[in-house]
Amino acid sequence: MLHNKKTLAALLAAASMMSANAFSGELVINTDTSDPAPKAAFEALIAGFEAENPDVNVTWNLFDHEGYKTSIRNFLTADAPDLANWYAGNRMLPYVNAGLFEPVDDVWAANGLNDSLSSAAASMTIDGKKWGVPYTYYNWGVYYRQDIFEANNIEVPTDWAGFMAAGETLNAAGITPITIGTKYLWTAAGVFDYLNLRTNGYDFHMALTKGDVSWTDDRVRATMANWKELIDADFFIENHAAYSWQEALAPMIQGKAAMYVMGNFAVAPLRDAGLTDDQLGFFQFPMIDASIPMAEEAPTDTMHIPANAKNKVDAKRFLAYLARADVQTEINVTLGQLPINSGSNVSDDKFLQAGYKMLSSTEGGIAQFFDRDAPAEMASAGMEGFQEFMVKPERLDTILERLEKTRKRVYK
Amino acid sequence: MRDYWRVNQQRLAPVLFLLPGLLMFVVYVVIPIFQSVDISFYAWDGLGEKEYVGIANYVELMDDEAFYTSLKNNVIWLVLYMLAIPAGLFVALFLNQNVRGIRIYKSLFFFPFVISQVVVGLVFSWFYDPSYGLFNKLLEFFGADPMAILADEDWVTYGIIIAGLWPQTAYCMILYLTGLNAVDSEQIEAARLDNAKGLKLLWYIILPQLRPATFIALVVTIIGALRSFDLVSIMTNGGPWGASRVLAFYMYEQAFSEYGFRMGYGAAIAVVLFAIMMLYIAAFLYKMYRDERGH
Repeated sequence: MLHNKKTLAALLAAASMMSANAFSGELVINTDTSDPAPKAAFEALIAGFEAENPDVNVTWNLFDHEGYKTSIRNFLTADAPDLANWYAGNRMLPYVNAGLFEPVDDVWAANGLNDSLSSAAASMTIDGKKWGVPYTYYNWGVYYRQDIFEANNIEVPTDWAGFMAAGETLNAAGITPITIGTKYLWTAAGVFDYLNLRTNGYDFHMALTKGDVSWTDDRVRATMANWKELIDADFFIENHAAYSWQEALAPMIQGKAAMYVMGNFAVAPLRDAGLTDDQLGFFQFPMIDASIPMAEEAPTDTMHIPANAKNKVDAKRFLAYLARADVQTEINVTLGQLPINSGSNVSDDKFLQAGYKMLSSTEGGIAQFFDRDAPAEMASAGMEGFQEFMVKPERLDTILERLEKTRKRVYK
Repeated sequence: MRDYWRVNQQRLAPVLFLLPGLLMFVVYVVIPIFQSVDISFYAWDGLGEKEYVGIANYVELMDDEAFYTSLKNNVIWLVLYMLAIPAGLFVALFLNQNVRGIRIYKSLFFFPFVISQVVVGLVFSWFYDPSYGLFNKLLEFFGADPMAILADEDWVTYGIIIAGLWPQTAYCMILYLTGLNAVDSEQIEAARLDNAKGLKLLWYIILPQLRPATFIALVVTIIGALRSFDLVSIMTNGGPWGASRVLAFYMYEQAFSEYGFRMGYGAAIAVVLFAIMMLYIAAFLYKMYRDERGH
């Protein structure tokens, strides 16, 4: 009798567990949005989704930013969440090729995203399918200390000569023109991207990152020659290889450096450190060659459904929610970035408005970022080469030959 | 059955006791070694299909500057890390006295080994920081120009090794402290009677008795030097431009890091590292074996 009771209890428990699975959706989301602004944005996003969908219970796993890049591989194969954030372009290619992401064309079709998110459609498409939903992007450019520029009577440079002159004046005043921290390498790629986009244009830049052009090509050398001009004119802070990008903010905050070639995410920490909008300004990376249309850099951040996800139904509901115009408006106000949805409003923040204006009038084209346009191995070799070049410009030939060797191996 | 057990008990018992350990060792150490060797013959991104490429990974390795940089750094690590042994011995001798509160001093000296390597790495990267680090304040005080140790390709490896020596010295110290407890006081008295003191006493009487401690210190230091990964990862991430990489870090970078999708190449590096360790340890064990047999 006692035995029977136990069995009954076990059966009941099992039954109630099954019903729980069937009726209330458990949605697991992994993200690396651990910096203050992105964290707040995702808190609000998830709370909003739960309020509209009371039957879904969201579990949110927050990862450290750098650690996420390596752990994503493990959790996509071993213990997949229902949603994960990642990046557009070539960055998602390995996971798409390995069949670890789920195509979400149905979400795009059912919610009219092909219209509302059309600007990012190309960077979400591989093999004719859409592999996720983009929710934010941000512009790159030059963030600068307006007050220092004014104090030294420097005009905002629009061309190369003006840029060089500004650097000269700043150096004469004892201020380093550009701060940068290259310990984690990718910041140097931002500078390279802009120099290459301005020297050779968008098409050449894309051909280079796609592996169609040799790294020892004269056009690459022209880009590097421009870079060397900056290095020779003492544009960059000393010992930049010892700093992360956050540590390199300090000289700018202290007024020891005047410019930072960065993405818009640098604005939040600069403001937190006490710089006001009167002190901080933004300008487009100056033109180098007048015959080349200006192209910009604007990486897109995305959400994906892993192929091994357990609750794809609710995950797709979440993506549809994330793609909505009002949701993207709200999340991007908190993020301090730009919404993808064409029906969303851009926050009236000074930097977002400037970035939005710049990007919507871009003629040359919009690149993602060096490590999203180039495949992983080429990106890591390239960025290491850029860092070395910034400290030891005399090694240019060795570096370019090494990159060419990598190119021949990577793009078979 | 019972009888069989009774007859063979003596022979079976050791096997049974060893079995769980052996099983773990085979599953988690021996089999993965062979798997690594196997993977090193493939081109594989860790996600998709493997493609057999023969010894191509090794051929590429022979022509890879980064590999030679890592190898060179591994050798520097092996040599300089050995300093932890005499340093540990020195601290142990220094602390091996009976004064009030000596236990507190001993535990304070042991402290760096207890804290995580990650913390050690962070502390030292602040110490070396070119703008506000203590190291550069010291240089400034003595009138020298500031230098960014961790951003200088010539100094970076030495900078990291010094950070590594800090906890490793503590480790060797504790080994020697326990060894010193076992030193025969009668022998020391006898030596004193024969008028031996100072360095002579240390060299001929104390050190021979510390031999087991020295042996263990040597082994853990060699292993520590060859797997010096955490400090490199925390302090420089292999940089600047890969100048502080060691083989273990390079393997990780190629196979598991943000841009690493080359399992086969990573495995090939691991195999080379394994071969180096194997040679070293085999030679070492052989020497031990000969010494034990009494030449």
